[in-house]
Amino acid sequence: MHELGITQSIVDAVLDAVEEPTIKCVHLEVGRLSGVVPDAIRFCFELVADGTRLASARLDITEPAGRGECRSCGLEIDMEDLITRCACGSVDIAVLAGQELRIKTVEVG
Amino acid sequence: MCGTCGCADEESKTIVLEQQVLAKNDGLADANRNWLQTRGIAMINLMSSPGSGKTSLLARTAREFDAAPLAAVEGDQETGLDAARLRDSGCPVVQINTGTGCHLDATMLADGLRALRPPHHSVLFVENVGNLVCPALFDLGEQARVVLASVTEGADKPLKYPHMFRAADLVLLNKIDLLPHVDFDVAGFIDAASMANPGVRVQRLSVTTGEGITEWYDWLGEQAHA
Repeated sequence: MHELGITQSIVDAVLDAVEEPTIKCVHLEVGRLSGVVPDAIRFCFELVADGTRLASARLDITEPAGRGECRSCGLEIDMEDLITRCACGSVDIAVLAGQELRIKTVEVG
Repeated sequence: MCGTCGCADEESKTIVLEQQVLAKNDGLADANRNWLQTRGIAMINLMSSPGSGKTSLLARTAREFDAAPLAAVEGDQETGLDAARLRDSGCPVVQINTGTGCHLDATMLADGLRALRPPHHSVLFVENVGNLVCPALFDLGEQARVVLASVTEGADKPLKYPHMFRAADLVLLNKIDLLPHVDFDVAGFIDAASMANPGVRVQRLSVTTGEGITEWYDWLGEQAHA
């Protein structure tokens, strides 16, 4: 489960970037095509944040939907999965959105 | 004030980070890449599910490939068994045990490079932890990614693990000597790999009989002199 390592990266990055003693909330963007499961992040966050300034922080995760552009016909389409077939029949799709894995903001008290 | 989840009170303030979660790993991977490039070392990240034949492929390659010196970093959760197998083939190797970790990351690789000190103008293999999910997300600083599958697995693996196959520069289909004995749809596998990664090169191979091994060495030679 790579989410444990990823959650550790999130906690480390926030602790590095923020000096305030109490961190109340961390806003993440985890795209639907990122290969990362938000529920697994939530599960790991409690374990990883324990004993740090993030121990009582809430996690708020937005999940941007997948969007792509067909490299064959140029059409922009929704992507439910990484493998999506365009109406023209091509599966050669450039991902435009949905692969985000970003710490957006941190709320401190 | 938190506008998204309403978690904050009036004394709260928002700090904008806009930081990639894997920024630290990716920065270290770039440092590894620079270190390798200045020494002319071609690092190949080899990934597959457990049992596809990564170590066997490397052991045979270590015995036969002569276009460049070889070295290897072995990643496993536990044991030094793979490193011992490769060492027997004459390949300098370091073993990294990830413990509970399911993949190698750029920090572990940097430690491995320091311990191994691969020769200039060599090909350095990284045998990642056997896992078709997690290693796909972590850049190590490699020049190319090779995903190995075998005919004793399902032909639909590329559809089930699209992140891994999408990240591949080369897909190897191993154990083709077993095709008469197993129900495996080679054309279906190639179609599935092409759906996950349009245009990706798929090479058939048997590490046991040597069928297709020359094409593997040709590809490796191109990488060594890229």
